Amino acid sequence: MSVASVAMRDAFGEALLKLAPEFPEMVVFDADVATSTRTAAFGKEYPDRFFNVGVAEANMVDTAAGMATCGLRPVVSTFALFLTLKGADQLRNVVCYNNLPVVLAANYAGLSDSYDGASHQSILDLAVARAMPNMVVVVPADCVELGQALAAALRRDGPTYIRICRNPTPVLFADAPALEIGVARKLRDGGDLTIAVCGVPTSMAIEAADRLARRGVSADLLEISTIKPIDAETLAISARKTGKVVTVEEHNIHGGLGSAVAEVLSQRAPARMSMIGIEDRFTESGAYDALLRKYGISVDHIESEAMRLLSP
Amino acid sequence: MQPEMQPAHLAVLRETDRQRKSAMLQRLAQEFRITVLDILHERGTGHWGGAASAAELLVALYFDALNVRPEEPKWPERDRLVVSKGHASCMLYTVLAHRGYFPVDELKTFRQIDSRLQGHPCMVKTPGVEMSTGALGHGTSVALGMALAARRLGKSWWTYVLIGDGDLNEGQTWEAIMAAAKFKPQRLVALVDYNKVQLDGPSDQIMPMDPLPDKFRAFNWNVAPVVYDGHNVAAVLESIDWVKSQREWPVAVIYKTHKGRGVSFMEDNAHWHGALIDDATYVKARQELLKTLEALP
Repeated sequence: MSVASVAMRDAFGEALLKLAPEFPEMVVFDADVATSTRTAAFGKEYPDRFFNVGVAEANMVDTAAGMATCGLRPVVSTFALFLTLKGADQLRNVVCYNNLPVVLAANYAGLSDSYDGASHQSILDLAVARAMPNMVVVVPADCVELGQALAAALRRDGPTYIRICRNPTPVLFADAPALEIGVARKLRDGGDLTIAVCGVPTSMAIEAADRLARRGVSADLLEISTIKPIDAETLAISARKTGKVVTVEEHNIHGGLGSAVAEVLSQRAPARMSMIGIEDRFTESGAYDALLRKYGISVDHIESEAMRLLSP
Repeated sequence: MQPEMQPAHLAVLRETDRQRKSAMLQRLAQEFRITVLDILHERGTGHWGGAASAAELLVALYFDALNVRPEEPKWPERDRLVVSKGHASCMLYTVLAHRGYFPVDELKTFRQIDSRLQGHPCMVKTPGVEMSTGALGHGTSVALGMALAARRLGKSWWTYVLIGDGDLNEGQTWEAIMAAAKFKPQRLVALVDYNKVQLDGPSDQIMPMDPLPDKFRAFNWNVAPVVYDGHNVAAVLESIDWVKSQREWPVAVIYKTHKGRGVSFMEDNAHWHGALIDDATYVKARQELLKTLEALP
C-alpha cells in the first residue's frame, strides 16, 4: 500500500481534464464553488463546455438535465449537502424519474468540509441519493477509485451519484484492478467477522483489520464502493461465513451504508451487526482527523466494536 | 400501434392562408376543450382550470409553430416545448393525440392504472412529452438546458417553455430566468399563460406577480412589447411571428388568459383548478362549450 496522500477533489479536477477529449459530449456545471471543487481548471481549458450558474443548485441540476435530454453528458459539481438538499426535488423529479445520464459530483462530502462546521458537513447525502429510483450511488475510497468512478459514470445511461472528499487521504488502489460499479472489493479474507466499509474510513478499516489479525482475529474486509446497487451476494456470502458484521461509514448511521447492508442481510443472511458512523447528531467545526475521531470514525473504534461483537 | 390519423385535424397543417388557419385552430382549441371536459368528467379526476387556459396556446404551438415529427417523436432536430405547468396534462395529451403522437382512443385511459397518460406529463411514458413536469418550477431550467445544448451541438432548434402562475411562485423559476439572461442562448422562448388564478385563489391574493413584464425586463429578458390575448389564435400566431423576428435572447411573451376558459361559471374561479366535475355541472358546462363552438366561423 502506498503511503502517499492525495485529495479526491484535486483528483476530480484532474480527471475532468483527462477525460475531456475522450468524452466530447461531457459538459461541467458548478454553483459558484468551482475553485473549491476544482472544476475551475476544466472551465479555463474548455470555456464552451463549462457552466457556472451561480449559487442556484436547483436550477443547475435541471439545466444539466435538459442538456442530458439532448445527448450531452453533464457533470454537476457542488458541495454534497447542497446538491442533495437544495437540488433534491430536481434530482428526484427530473434526473431520476427520467433516468437521465447526469453525473452528480458531490464534493466536500462527509465531515471533510471540517472547519466550516455542521452547516456544510454532509452526513445525510447517501440516505437522500439512495432513496431515489434509478440512482446509482458510488463512494470512492481514494483518488484512484474516484477517477475510475467518474469514467464509469460517464459511460452509464442513467444518473450516478459520486461522493467526493475535500481533503488528502491515503492512496490505496494505485495498483489494484479498476473499480467496477456494483462490485465489492475484498481487502482481507477472514472468518471471525465481516467489516464492511466505504469511502475515506477504508484505510482505517484496513489498519483495524491488521491490528485484529495480530490479536488472532481474522476479519473479512469488504470495501463497498457502490452503495446502490449494493453487492448483495458478496455481503451475504461473507455474513453467512462470519455471522457478525461491523459497518463503517462517514455518514449518519441512519440511511447510509449500515442501513443498506442491514437491508440486504436481514433478508438474506441475518447477522449480528454494529454500525459505526455519526450517531444521528449535528457535528461541528474542527480539524478533519479530530472530527472523525470525536464522532467515532477511527481505527480504535472499529477495533473495539469488532471485539465487542466477538465477545459472547 | 399506429397513431390513428385525424384527417380533419391534420388538414390545418397544410392551410397556408393565415386567416383561415387561425379560424381552424380556434375551432380545434374549442373542440379539444370539450374533449378534455369529457375525459375529466368520465374519469372523475384531473385539472380543468389550467388545461382550459392553455388550449389556444398549445394548439397554436403544435399545429403551427413547432417543427416536430409526431411519427418520429425523438427526431433530434425537433423544436422543444416544455410544459412547465404540468397540470395542463389533459389538454397537452389531447393536442398530442390529435397531432398524431398516439391514438386518440388512448385519451380515455387518462390517469388510469397501466396508462401511458399519467396524471402529470411523463416523458418516459408518453410520446411527444419533452419533459416530465407536475412539480412546479422545473420547466424554465430544463428549457434553458435544451437551448444551451442546441448551442453546444451547433443545432438550430427552438426551445419553448410554457409557464403558469404557480410556476412563477417557485424560486427556481427565477434562478432559471437569471441564468438564461447570463448565458443568452438563441431561440429560448418563455411563454407565460398568465391567468392570474392559482390553486388557492386569485394570484393577487395568494402571490401577486405584477408587474410581470417589468420583472422579466429587469432580469434582462427581451419581453414582447404587448401582452397578447392567449385565447385568440390569431393573436397567438402574431406573437410567434414577433418571437421569430427577434435577435436578442432570451425572449418572453406574456399572454392574458383565463383559468377555466370557456365555461362562464368556471372562468377565473380557483375552485375549478382541479375540482371534481359532477354530472349536473358537466351537462351545463358542455352546453356552453358547444354553443361557443357552433358560433365560431
